[in-house]
Amino acid sequence: MYSVRLFCTRNAALFEKTYNVLENVFIALHPLLNKLGYNRLEKPVATIEALSKSFLFDCKMCGQCVLSSTGMSCPMNCPKNVRNGPCGGVRDGGFCEVNSQMRCVWVEAWNGASKMKSGLERISVVQPPVNRELAGSSSWLRVVREKAELKLSLKQQVAQGDVDLAKTEMANAFPDARKNHPSVAPLANEPQAALAEQAVVEQTSVHTSVDRSLDASVNTTLHTSAPSLQKGGSK
Amino acid sequence: MIKVQTPEPFDPLLQVPLVPPSGHYSASKLERVLRAGYFAVTAELNPPDSSDPRDVLKAAKPLIEVADGINATDASGANCHISSMGICSLLSRAGQGVVFQISCRDRNRIAIQGDVLGAAAMGVSAVLCLTGDGVGVGDQPGAKAVFDFDSISLLRALKTMRDDGVFLSGRKLSTPPNLFLGAAENPCVEPLEWRADRLAKKVEAGADFIQTNYIFDVKRFERFMDKVRAKGLHKKVFILAGVGPLASAKAARWMRTNVPGVHIPDSVVERMENAENPSKEGKEICIELVKKMRQIEGVAGVHIMAYRREHMVNEIIEESGVLADRV
Repeated sequence: MYSVRLFCTRNAALFEKTYNVLENVFIALHPLLNKLGYNRLEKPVATIEALSKSFLFDCKMCGQCVLSSTGMSCPMNCPKNVRNGPCGGVRDGGFCEVNSQMRCVWVEAWNGASKMKSGLERISVVQPPVNRELAGSSSWLRVVREKAELKLSLKQQVAQGDVDLAKTEMANAFPDARKNHPSVAPLANEPQAALAEQAVVEQTSVHTSVDRSLDASVNTTLHTSAPSLQKGGSK
Repeated sequence: MIKVQTPEPFDPLLQVPLVPPSGHYSASKLERVLRAGYFAVTAELNPPDSSDPRDVLKAAKPLIEVADGINATDASGANCHISSMGICSLLSRAGQGVVFQISCRDRNRIAIQGDVLGAAAMGVSAVLCLTGDGVGVGDQPGAKAVFDFDSISLLRALKTMRDDGVFLSGRKLSTPPNLFLGAAENPCVEPLEWRADRLAKKVEAGADFIQTNYIFDVKRFERFMDKVRAKGLHKKVFILAGVGPLASAKAARWMRTNVPGVHIPDSVVERMENAENPSKEGKEICIELVKKMRQIEGVAGVHIMAYRREHMVNEIIEESGVLADRV
């Protein structure tokens, strides 16, 4: 809702604190979540996430939430989907170039960021383009998975087949953005439920052709079963 | 019997892209001029709606004498014209320095990364990364807007291709493109408070030079440059200030309501209104702006956008005297 959205950027500091607490709780729960299975959790959590965030932020469920780097103003509401805004077309008074009735999402973002503790530092980080494969999936679960991933060395993960090598360049090209929001350039293999069916099929074929170091059959199984990250894939 | 002579097949490899001089990212004239410490001049070409290469050369003719780089717009204002890729290929082969404008509105990451390699192969060595105007202001407002990249993620993607020699997928390039990377900034529109911070982000993403949108409000621009200098950005990136001659008070009013990102203060519109010869006055204002830009610390050049007034670019630059130290 538009008015709630504006309320959220005005009170960005409050949402920053709330989110940080929630994120830490989720990360602490990682072993439990892992036991329950991220694949099984995907749909119910994504539903809850979509309901709450669409009410608060007009969230579009891009699956790689960067709200704490955008002053709590969702960049997917920008008609140009700009992830590093604002563009050069902002109208007098801070209104959108495309939709003159709407406040510029990025004017709100910078204002929101200036009220947050680490808002200005974070909004200055270059964000990668949106990975459309992740649309509709839970960003929360992805953050937890990725932050748990960071604890393992990349090499170890590659050896275990937990990391999608084809995706590492996006992470290399946007290192700071990944540090703040691992989900914008995720490396961990996605549970099947997080991706559209077609995307899984396509990705499997790309994966096997690019990543020759990994056994193609292992890859295929990784994509069609829930990863258990700590135990090293579904081996 | 008439003997038909078969023409020699054209070998595109005969003209391989030039090797950048040491300390340069690219072989572009613009980069050499800027790094040599000269006040640079770039100018925007009005792209013809034509498939005849002579029309492109005709459009470039009034700019060639003074411009260190000719900007080929990429369907600016979401209006369809001959592509920037086509223009840049033609002009590069004719030995002209070009700035290949890339807008994120019409092509996704697959098309853009491929186009950049194609352009580089055709001799293009400077690019300008733009987000692009919305499709709604153009001649085909029903088009699907793409916006897969934004200007900043595009910059980083091209920097990755140039410096790491890979696509964003990680696939290796056998020959990475030698590019001088540019971006735009609009110092005169909201949020004025954060525009310098956004410039910093563009530098962080990989911008080597900046061409600004139109500047008619010198005070606003000076406040912007104060912040830019305070952050030391003018030492990290070459900033070219965007200027252009107005045609009339009516045109000025039309521009500021209909062209995204154009801010023209009332005082300038009034001055145009009261002028006996508005066209001449527009040119005068532009010359004054060029001279002022030359005085501002941290401004490395000007970018002239003289839409349908390209014939004036020569005189504007001559009369402003900014090229006096050349030759």
